[in-house]
Amino acid sequence: MTGRPLSPHLQVYKPQLTSMLSILHRASGATLYMASLLMVYWLFALASGSTHADALNSGLTEWWGKIVLYGILFCVYYHLANGLRHLMWDTGKGLDLKTAYMTGWLVVVFSLVATAVTLLMMMGGVQ
Amino acid sequence: MAEFRLPKNSRISKGKLWPAIAGSSNTKTFRIYRWDPDSGENPRLDSYVIDLDDCGPMVLDGLLKIKNDIDPTLTLRRSCREGICGSCAMNIDGTNTLACTINMNDVKGDVKVYPLPHMPVVKDLVPDMTHFYAQYASIKPWIQTDSVAPPDKERLQSIENREKMDGLYECILCACCSTSCPSYWWNGDRYLGPAILLQAYRWLADSRDEAAGERLDELEDPFKLYRCHTIMNCTKTCPKGLNPALAIAEIKKMLASRQGI
Repeated sequence: MTGRPLSPHLQVYKPQLTSMLSILHRASGATLYMASLLMVYWLFALASGSTHADALNSGLTEWWGKIVLYGILFCVYYHLANGLRHLMWDTGKGLDLKTAYMTGWLVVVFSLVATAVTLLMMMGGVQ
Repeated sequence: MAEFRLPKNSRISKGKLWPAIAGSSNTKTFRIYRWDPDSGENPRLDSYVIDLDDCGPMVLDGLLKIKNDIDPTLTLRRSCREGICGSCAMNIDGTNTLACTINMNDVKGDVKVYPLPHMPVVKDLVPDMTHFYAQYASIKPWIQTDSVAPPDKERLQSIENREKMDGLYECILCACCSTSCPSYWWNGDRYLGPAILLQAYRWLADSRDEAAGERLDELEDPFKLYRCHTIMNCTKTCPKGLNPALAIAEIKKMLASRQGI
């Protein structure tokens, strides 16, 4: 029957740690893909002389540039930690709900703390 | 390709409000997905206010109260009312579960009831399960053997081997897990989904079955099995407390280990 409606899905399903961390893993992976292109571009800019590099650096030191870089930093830590969680799952371990929630929150806390600590260390280094 | 929005004919419009029966003080509101195939209209969300003092405690009791006393056109599947048939699987309060085993007092605020997600709707809360059952048939859910059956007794199994099927044989095929899985939403035409894969593992884990090789051959497919990305909505939502995500991981492990990885 072609006339049948499709029942609602994303529209009604409750967001929960399981699905939210999963989509964040994919989003952070996609971000890191783009970030690697940005890094290559940055290296090319450095190699091609100060005109390009200065222009790019002045953008990246603006507040919005910093937000992009901090975001990438968070993605590095999140994708790394959650990637380890996936490796554990691939061995068949930690798939019970209790452990999955525990490791899930652990990954969130780790990536936030690691991002904050890295930023603090960098700021300390600048001074 | 994933289509995140609902098709035009599936978008939900505002429905009717059926007020409480006069004199009822202890009430709860049910907001229920309605679609009538004969009307030609889009689905709508009807609200029913029911008297809790004159109703059983479960969401299914509330739905049947509405059907019996307020609106007999409300259509749903139900049978055993004790969590063993799987008929009343639906989306309640944002997650999939059985209407008969969830207490309406555990739902904060209004009780929102939709059919199982991302399924063609036959009417109201009744989804079309044809494809799901066809996928179940595709994994050949019966014992397959090459050896000759013992002439005077059934094929026996040690207690240890029988225990390997704990957490698998209890599955009632209600489809709560499969229809909670975003991967199944986007690729359900080819991805088997958590319920069917748990069933597939149930036969792989059965010491009496002798077709593990063929079963694994069938499952070794980018879509049938490997659309599982360990999102774990399946395990989170299973009304029987089973773990389809673990069963799928075990299948992946079997495939890896037979390649010597």
